[in-house]
Amino acid sequence: MEKDNLATYAKNTWCPGCGNFAILNAIKAVLSELIGKGFPRENIVIVSGIGCHAKIVDYINVNSFYSIHGRVVPVAEGIKLARPGLKVIGFSGDGDSYGEGLEHLIFAAKRDIDITMIVHNNRVYGLTTGQYTPTSPLGFKGRSTPGGTTEQPINPLELALSAGASFISRGTSHGMELLKKMFKEAIMHKGFSLVDVLQVCVTYYNMYEYYDKKVYELEGHDPSDYNKALTKIREWDYNNNARIALGVFYKR
Amino acid sequence: MDNLSILIAGKAGDGIDKSSLVIGDILASLGYRVYIYRDYPSIIRGGHTFSIIRCSADKIASHLNTVDVLLALNQESFDLHKPGLNQEAIIIYDSNSVKSDKGIAIPVGGIIKELKAIDLMKNSCLIGAMCKAIGITKDTLEQVFRKDISKEIDLNLQVAFRGFSESKEFIKVEKLKQKILPLVTGNEAISQGLIKGGMKTYIAYPMTPSSGILHYLAGAAEKFSLKVIHPENEIAVMLMALGFSYAGERVAVGTSGGGFCLMIEGLSFSAMAELPVVVLLGQRPGPSTGLPTYTGQTELNFALSAGHGEFTRFVTAPGDAEEACYWSAVSLNMAWKYQIPAIILCDKTLNEGMYSFDADLIREIKYEGPLLWDRKGEYKRYRHAENGVSPLAFPSDKDAIVKVNSYEHDESGITTEDKDVTAKMQDKRLCKAGHLLDELERYETVKVYGDKDSSTAILCWGSNKGVCAEAGKKLGLRVVQPIVFSPFPLKQFKEALRGVKKIICVENNAAGQLADFVKCRGINVDERILKYDGRPFSLDELEQKLRVSLHSDNVRMSTLGVDGDGER
Repeated sequence: MEKDNLATYAKNTWCPGCGNFAILNAIKAVLSELIGKGFPRENIVIVSGIGCHAKIVDYINVNSFYSIHGRVVPVAEGIKLARPGLKVIGFSGDGDSYGEGLEHLIFAAKRDIDITMIVHNNRVYGLTTGQYTPTSPLGFKGRSTPGGTTEQPINPLELALSAGASFISRGTSHGMELLKKMFKEAIMHKGFSLVDVLQVCVTYYNMYEYYDKKVYELEGHDPSDYNKALTKIREWDYNNNARIALGVFYKR
Repeated sequence: MDNLSILIAGKAGDGIDKSSLVIGDILASLGYRVYIYRDYPSIIRGGHTFSIIRCSADKIASHLNTVDVLLALNQESFDLHKPGLNQEAIIIYDSNSVKSDKGIAIPVGGIIKELKAIDLMKNSCLIGAMCKAIGITKDTLEQVFRKDISKEIDLNLQVAFRGFSESKEFIKVEKLKQKILPLVTGNEAISQGLIKGGMKTYIAYPMTPSSGILHYLAGAAEKFSLKVIHPENEIAVMLMALGFSYAGERVAVGTSGGGFCLMIEGLSFSAMAELPVVVLLGQRPGPSTGLPTYTGQTELNFALSAGHGEFTRFVTAPGDAEEACYWSAVSLNMAWKYQIPAIILCDKTLNEGMYSFDADLIREIKYEGPLLWDRKGEYKRYRHAENGVSPLAFPSDKDAIVKVNSYEHDESGITTEDKDVTAKMQDKRLCKAGHLLDELERYETVKVYGDKDSSTAILCWGSNKGVCAEAGKKLGLRVVQPIVFSPFPLKQFKEALRGVKKIICVENNAAGQLADFVKCRGINVDERILKYDGRPFSLDELEQKLRVSLHSDNVRMSTLGVDGDGER
């Protein structure tokens, strides 16, 4: 493996147009900058779960832990607790961290442990070929719910806020510059940081057009104000037709 | 006096546990070897609870149902345990709350009131009365009280001395001329073994019977520079442990069957990613919640087969405090040397039972480190090696990029679905078992007690070792106890059974899991003595069952009656 750049020899198997590319490119840019400024590359560890998102660890040439579905958070916590000097960045999917491993996410927020979680939230199970996830909208017709779901989605940002996370933000896979900015800020933040990325699955749930119409960047928002953060987080509940705010909602 | 059994009973919350420790320490301070069996329900207050403190000049690890001294704080305790008493048994009871026509009546309630003491000190009063009854001096009583009781020691002593003076002497427990041994629970012995084996982090979610390890280590964390963590559930416990393992720390986790169920995806992962971890599995009767505070040996099959996929694991079942200490350390060494998961099977009897601990009985415990990267050439986490063990590097090691993976992977840790790499990697992981087995030849993996020439053998495992060894010695039988179950040292096991014509297998389960296990390896068990009511065998009970088995002509009939026709 090449040590002077962040690429590996692993063949990229994401679908053309997949939102994961934006996350991969943004994090590589952020890590390159970090390393360029003298942060030891060997002190970076990335962790992933299972799902399309998880392949990201095969594509970045740094220490990595390709874990299992839902368990990114406890692995990342274990690594951080063992070696507090490491930068530990977890990547997970919405099925992963908002479904199978939700309790871990809540407890990491409660502990406010100094790790970063980047959630590739495409609101559909891609690798298992198209079922609904905890953030799919009401009525979502997936392969396990052909008649449409009868459940409201959860709002993961609201959950994280109430659980005690000290950094909460959201981006999309159609906004590399914002992603880079947020990833950097999240990684540098001392405490538990969550970046929810509305990453688009081109094959099973292509939301590019919808998101492009709805999203806007937070401006003049005071992220240190809990109540204002809560109001902004509640503006779009992952189901209604409201505008979708991007950026840092909460930071303390 | 060969041995003496004292039963103390009361309600949960009465302080029976602490009192049994004090009684044990009094006997231990006179040079006796002590074993304490604790029987308590799964409630915090109320309900019947009792402890049997048995002492002997020889090392023991079993209790008797017929006791010599009964200390009863309430009527229920008296009524329940009176039928199990020896004919000459000494009964000491609180005459303010128990009606009895014999025994030593101590007005415990009145004494407590008079001395303005609290109810919890009723135990001190009975212990004082007991000391007088069995000929133990006030000095000994005071010494042990001062060591074991920190709160209100003067008042406790006052209450105890009053009990002493109200009592009378029946027998004389003589001081023995042998070294005094400390009393430890199995959980404490395991904890000490883990520390000696270099463990730096312990992670657990509370669950009986292994919570004692969590409590002990949390208390000892500062002294030994340990990290002791109690996360949200057992899934997190196991995965966090793998994070620690990846980062280069020796880590162990502890649980019981239900919690182990949650850990299993992580167990399988540890095998695939070759991340060492040690699991303390304290058995209790199942299925499901079962009897949370009672004992059983129901998880031998489970420990041996838990986890999807095929992989090498190290599974041991120590039988007493010394073995628990020793094999806990060895398990850490083996897990890290071979980069595999290790499981230590214990049970409520061993975890929470109390034993005189003799460090001279175990071999020296040595920390053995893992194979580390020599920093030459490009680092590959899963580099091929003849014995399957690739050198370890950790995050923050300069010039190494450490990639671990739950998917099948190549030498660098990158995901693969290539057929040749898949087969090669599976061979790499599985071949460790053979090398581990070779190394285990240097260890006492199968133990033999009793009459080593007897052609009749009791086969047992885990905490039944104590009761079987004693019964075997008494009845002139050979007793064989395998300690390591995976990889199984069949050669040593067959050696231990050389010349045996009849095998009686003793287990605390309903199926005879060890009997079936050895049958799969070509060794037929003739009789199975099985107990699955949540209680361990007492020595007298087992002895009687063994006598029946020995007189039975049906050498080839098993108790299940279905598999007795094979040739051994």
